Amino acid sequence: MNNPPQLPPPKLKVSPWIWAKKNLFNTWYNSILTVFFFGLIYQLGGGLLHWVVTLADWQVVGVNWRLFLVGRYPSKLYWRVGMAKGVIAGAGAFSFWAIRWRPRFIPWLPLAWILAFPVILWLIGGGYGLRQVPTQLWTGLLLTLLTAIVSIVLSFPAGVLLALGRQSSLPVLRWLCIFYIEIVRGLPLIGILFMAQVMLPLFLPVEVRLDRVMRAIAGLSLFSAAYMAENVRGGLQSVPRGQIEAAKALGLATPWVILLIVLPQALRAVIPAIVGQFIGLFKDTSLLALVGLVELTGMARAILAQPEFIGDYAEVYIFVGLIYWIFCYGMSFASRRLERKLAVGKS
Amino acid sequence: MRKFWRDRRFWFVAIQAVAVLSIAIVGLTLWQNLNRNLQQQGMSLGFNFLGSQAAFDIGETLISYDRSATYARALWVGLLNSLRVMVVGIILATAIGVTVGVGRLWDNWLLRKLSLVYVEIIRNTPLLLQLFFWYSAVFLSLPGLQDAIKLPGRIYLSQQVVAVPLPWTVPEVLENGQIVGGLQLSPELSALLLGLSFYTAAFIAEIVRAGIESVPKGQWEAGRSLGLKPGLMMRLVIFPQALRTMVPSLTSQYLNLAKNTSLAIAIGYPDIYFVASTTFNQTGRAVEVMIILMGTYLTISLVISILLNFYNKSVQIKER
Repeated sequence: MNNPPQLPPPKLKVSPWIWAKKNLFNTWYNSILTVFFFGLIYQLGGGLLHWVVTLADWQVVGVNWRLFLVGRYPSKLYWRVGMAKGVIAGAGAFSFWAIRWRPRFIPWLPLAWILAFPVILWLIGGGYGLRQVPTQLWTGLLLTLLTAIVSIVLSFPAGVLLALGRQSSLPVLRWLCIFYIEIVRGLPLIGILFMAQVMLPLFLPVEVRLDRVMRAIAGLSLFSAAYMAENVRGGLQSVPRGQIEAAKALGLATPWVILLIVLPQALRAVIPAIVGQFIGLFKDTSLLALVGLVELTGMARAILAQPEFIGDYAEVYIFVGLIYWIFCYGMSFASRRLERKLAVGKS
Repeated sequence: MRKFWRDRRFWFVAIQAVAVLSIAIVGLTLWQNLNRNLQQQGMSLGFNFLGSQAAFDIGETLISYDRSATYARALWVGLLNSLRVMVVGIILATAIGVTVGVGRLWDNWLLRKLSLVYVEIIRNTPLLLQLFFWYSAVFLSLPGLQDAIKLPGRIYLSQQVVAVPLPWTVPEVLENGQIVGGLQLSPELSALLLGLSFYTAAFIAEIVRAGIESVPKGQWEAGRSLGLKPGLMMRLVIFPQALRTMVPSLTSQYLNLAKNTSLAIAIGYPDIYFVASTTFNQTGRAVEVMIILMGTYLTISLVISILLNFYNKSVQIKER
């Protein structure tokens, strides 16, 4: 049977006047609100624009933008940062291409990123034929990105194991995992970073000396693992019980049931939550400034401490805030797109 | 005979024994390392230092305190300062958050967009940066006491002190430029309160929005057909139902706010973390100070969760 073609509903032409009447002035209190907020926007926006154009001293950003982005990384080795960026751009372009046009490649994306990751670390850190760059020179946005990415990657397997342990039927294992997760989640991150900087050296043998950046990454990963575990647990609980029973009925042993049946479905369900967690972690790396690391926020403070830039607080903080905002908003935007794409594939 | 490794019970015991054993070994090694490292530094564990004289000043205190008081007293002062920020911060954040969250769904286009811009700006920048901004770029850039900014409603803003009126006392400017009366807040406390509240409010706004959107459309229609006015319908029909989905997420936001008060150290407000950190710098007792901090924050988190769990039970549907 031939269905008549589905026609889109006719487009309504709405004049701006009618639109405004409907959306801004439909009741008396909305009219008051609209007028009030237009006044507020005019006042604040005008003041802000005036400040940005005439009063603000943007020289502090113009002179130091390199410091903000790559920090004190040796300028002769900038090409390595450039190449690392190239690798990221390549992997990003591949992801975009796959998500946009070839959804069947989407399962390979994690693998691509996992392969790109050591290459990036090698390019930036050196070793294996490249000149070593000590971690003290990793500063600015570079350090922010590195600590955030390394920590989330390290916390992922730990988080999955903790989540599985929390769901396990072995009471000792379960209680140990619950204990760890709840303790870490009850503590502020700054306390955990303090512990990693000050107490970790006390608990390690004298011969093992981690540098500041490594200790910070250890602290961030330990912190992040507990939150990752809770996210993954949400995913584990979303896998229908029937899946496990079906797998068992097929004769799979418990480890295989988890590895082949439960985890793939659970992890797919928690991708948005993990992206959200990564955005949170990216913002949280700013706390490293309080334990003596010079990442983006620390760099802002270091620059503001220079005598010629004293008092340029607003300029520097707004600029740095803009960098954070672009990354965080970009990631949450991309994740929403990805979510929609994955949801389409499901139905 | 059945092989023992085919037996579930064997694995049940074996895996747990291995787990306990490995934790014990790791714990023991760490403990030994700790003892050896402390010995090298010529220190031992113990809380006796709490009784000795603190000898540092604390900018603002709710109870009497001076340099001759003990470390225990100093930590107590810090804890009270923390609790003050948590309580006021939670109230402020809830008020702002609910307002913005309702604004996100208001039938005024401008208000909706403004709320959205607010949420997206605040949620996508770090709290620490916002605190620095509030403190350095806002409160420390205010004019001095002599020419304090006067806002309508007798609010005075100056670099040294922010004075807001309370129902029983209003701030007055004396002839010598001093401000007396009202609630006087230091720039540190003001920056911390505003920063924390505005930050958490953005998350609360999203929770409120999602909560209100989760109420089925039929409820709105039913309320409207009963002739309820929008405000009344919100209060009597929509909000009580939205609360059910909101309370668990609100709990975690309140916990976040409580934990985030520890960022006070960045702008020099003497909360418990600040005082503990100073104590550590003076005495070098990392482990003990950390135990005190852990105990404090875990207790606070626990209290907040218990209170909100009770509240959660009271708003859930009563099934009979």
